[in-house]
Amino acid sequence: MTDAILVTGGRIIDPAQGIDAVGDVLIADGVVVSAGPVVGGPVDCPVVDATGLVVTPGFIDLHVHLREPGQEDKETIATGALAAVRGGFTTVCAMPNTEPAMDNAAVIRHVMDAAQQAGLARVLPIGCVSRGRAGKELADMGEMAEAGAIGFSDDGAPVADPTLMRNALTYSTTTGLPVINHCEEPSLAKDGVLHEGWVASRLGLPGQPAAAEETMVARDIDLAGLTGGKVHIAHISTEGTLALLRQAKAAGKANVTSEVTPHHLLLTEEWALGGIEGGAGELTAPDPYGPLTRTAYDTRAKVNPPLRTEDDTLALVEGLKDGTIDAIATDHAPHTATDKCCTMHEAAFGISGLETAFGLCYSLVERGDLDLPTLIARMTTGPARVLGADTSESAAASGLPLLGTLQAGAAGDVTLLDPDAEWAVDTSGFASKGRNTPLEGITLQGRVIKTIVGGRLVHDALADDTGEANGK
Amino acid sequence: MTSIRPARREQTAVAPVATQIAEPTPPAVWRQRHLLDLDAVSPEEITTVLRSSKAMKAMLRREVKKAPTLRGRTIMTLFSEPSTRTRVSFETAGKLLSADVINLSSNGSSTEKGESLVDTVLTLQASAADVLVMRHSHSGAPYLAAKSLDRTSVINAGDGAHAHPTQALLDMFTIQERLGELEGKRVVIVGDISHSRVARSDLWGLCKMGATPVLCGPPTLMPWDLLNRRRIDEGHPFTGVEVETDIERALDGADVVMPLRLQKERMAAGLLPSVREYARMWQVNQERLSRHCPQAVVMHPGPMNEGVEISPDVAHGAASAVEEQVTNGLAVRMALLLILAAPHGGDHD
Repeated sequence: MTDAILVTGGRIIDPAQGIDAVGDVLIADGVVVSAGPVVGGPVDCPVVDATGLVVTPGFIDLHVHLREPGQEDKETIATGALAAVRGGFTTVCAMPNTEPAMDNAAVIRHVMDAAQQAGLARVLPIGCVSRGRAGKELADMGEMAEAGAIGFSDDGAPVADPTLMRNALTYSTTTGLPVINHCEEPSLAKDGVLHEGWVASRLGLPGQPAAAEETMVARDIDLAGLTGGKVHIAHISTEGTLALLRQAKAAGKANVTSEVTPHHLLLTEEWALGGIEGGAGELTAPDPYGPLTRTAYDTRAKVNPPLRTEDDTLALVEGLKDGTIDAIATDHAPHTATDKCCTMHEAAFGISGLETAFGLCYSLVERGDLDLPTLIARMTTGPARVLGADTSESAAASGLPLLGTLQAGAAGDVTLLDPDAEWAVDTSGFASKGRNTPLEGITLQGRVIKTIVGGRLVHDALADDTGEANGK
Repeated sequence: MTSIRPARREQTAVAPVATQIAEPTPPAVWRQRHLLDLDAVSPEEITTVLRSSKAMKAMLRREVKKAPTLRGRTIMTLFSEPSTRTRVSFETAGKLLSADVINLSSNGSSTEKGESLVDTVLTLQASAADVLVMRHSHSGAPYLAAKSLDRTSVINAGDGAHAHPTQALLDMFTIQERLGELEGKRVVIVGDISHSRVARSDLWGLCKMGATPVLCGPPTLMPWDLLNRRRIDEGHPFTGVEVETDIERALDGADVVMPLRLQKERMAAGLLPSVREYARMWQVNQERLSRHCPQAVVMHPGPMNEGVEISPDVAHGAASAVEEQVTNGLAVRMALLLILAAPHGGDHD
């Protein structure tokens, strides 16, 4: 074994195999050789001591915005991929709302080349559904699939025309890839900047009703049933959407999957109210009825779909737990300071989420709403299944490595976590160019310590702490 | 100028008038550096402004209306939306107190050259503005300004659909003047509540002062969450607010009736069928007032669409306080400038 690495003495959690035990993970030539009771490794092989840490398959994020090509002031593939591995993500799926849009094989190849050069996380490109994301004509889905696209989406621009959506779902069956829709009925969401509720009403801002999301989710479930295509509902945010998905999964007539973001699981509309100046440092929503301070209209909490109500977050956590929701995805949406230093109307939608995802989600474990193996499953096996990379056979058919598991032959992607470590979010230390998060200054528990991609250590928080260069 | 606390300053400024008012005066209270909305202002602070406004109004009745109190202070108005009455009111208030008043509009200013609001207000602060009076079409713009400024005080002169605190203060001043007190008064606001910054600030002020606001209008123009009572739980500041789409029921026993201007855009947006139907179903007219609240005071934040939300006879009738509101607006803005534009005392945050 020429190129091996041994991770020893950690608590291995591999939901795909039902493993939760202390042991070793041996990776050689980029793939997992074994994971389980102490195996030891070849002489001279580098050893990563994981004593006291949790060792999991590398996280998979189905939904990130890397902004390249075209908006490199917000993020590049290299900075986004570094942010990914710092967040424990070894695979990220890049949304096509770039400039030019990723609506043809050439742009798809460009993104894959840039990711290859960065050499950090695996970057899997998502192609557009429609040419130029204009919602009129289908993009070259077949050619993009051949080039390496793993799904199709006009993200940010919902596929509003039902017939185009029907055609996309029908046509995509030739590729076997999902159509990922950002469900938001434009005529209902209109110019809404927050959730339509008390906070928007109080702040005098236009809101988006929950129904704007739910009507399109219902439509897409119907169309998936009609066409036999795969639909993946992006970043679901409401209790009503969850009910629709639960019903659809029970009926079993439509091939539908879904994802939820950490912020929709844990943050609510009140975050737009701003907080006490200087910040309390805790993960608690501002008092909805208290006096506003000049920190009100916190544009960092402007995201699409909007942060909803506490009832919605609780329902989403339930859905995550019972498996109605397949995956946690960050919808990492980096923006420049200028994009957010303006009025709520003008501010860009989006939260920079890769580097806070695990810590934020871990608060669900901390407060007893979710067990750690389930959380890990929704960040590994769940998204791997959506990608069709969860079994050797399906992965081979999709042209992807086996992902989201530590079984022998899987990609050598491993994340090491310290669930007890507390850390304060400090965006000045972000690898992402996007410092736009309402979590600035908040103390989170649960930290990503090391990340290994294809057998290479690409992130070491402890080395970062001591100022050593990051192994690349 | 020496730095004195607002309370003392106020007495100094208007001593000749204040001594004529023979009533026990509670201590003046004011802790705000900015006036962004009334949600952050306490009932005691509102009382302070209203009392000071009364003294200002008395001053307006004198032959020589000008006082030297704010000499050497600079007030800038920055309006990104057309406005006549509010801007003139602030400008006059500043000038009557001898401040230098400089008016800027987005028309021809740097905002049209792509300069951000933050850069604009920082420039004005660096140009020695003591008070910045802001109107902006985007809700929350004055908060963005206040967040960026450490020396200049911001007065919100209307931000989007969010707040118009000086209008609410002048409304409360007018009610108090006409009816003696605010507590227990049924104040019916009729019209496009959901797009109204006046209604929002009135709600905060009236609730804080113990009045009973009643919101009335077509359901498509009501704040959705209040209309549906989705979330009127414990601690909600508007638990005492009544919401009523039937104007006949809303007006029953009203002490004050305040129709709001109906914008023509609401029809185009599909929120209302027609002006005609609106007038028929929600117009404040004499027949309705005589039937339900013959003693009620009628107010309007202006400008009025006579024949739409208010009938001409009511607009100009004996019960109308509309013109008085304009004078009161001047008095209230003088009182606020006096409090905010004078050198900051030790009790500001």
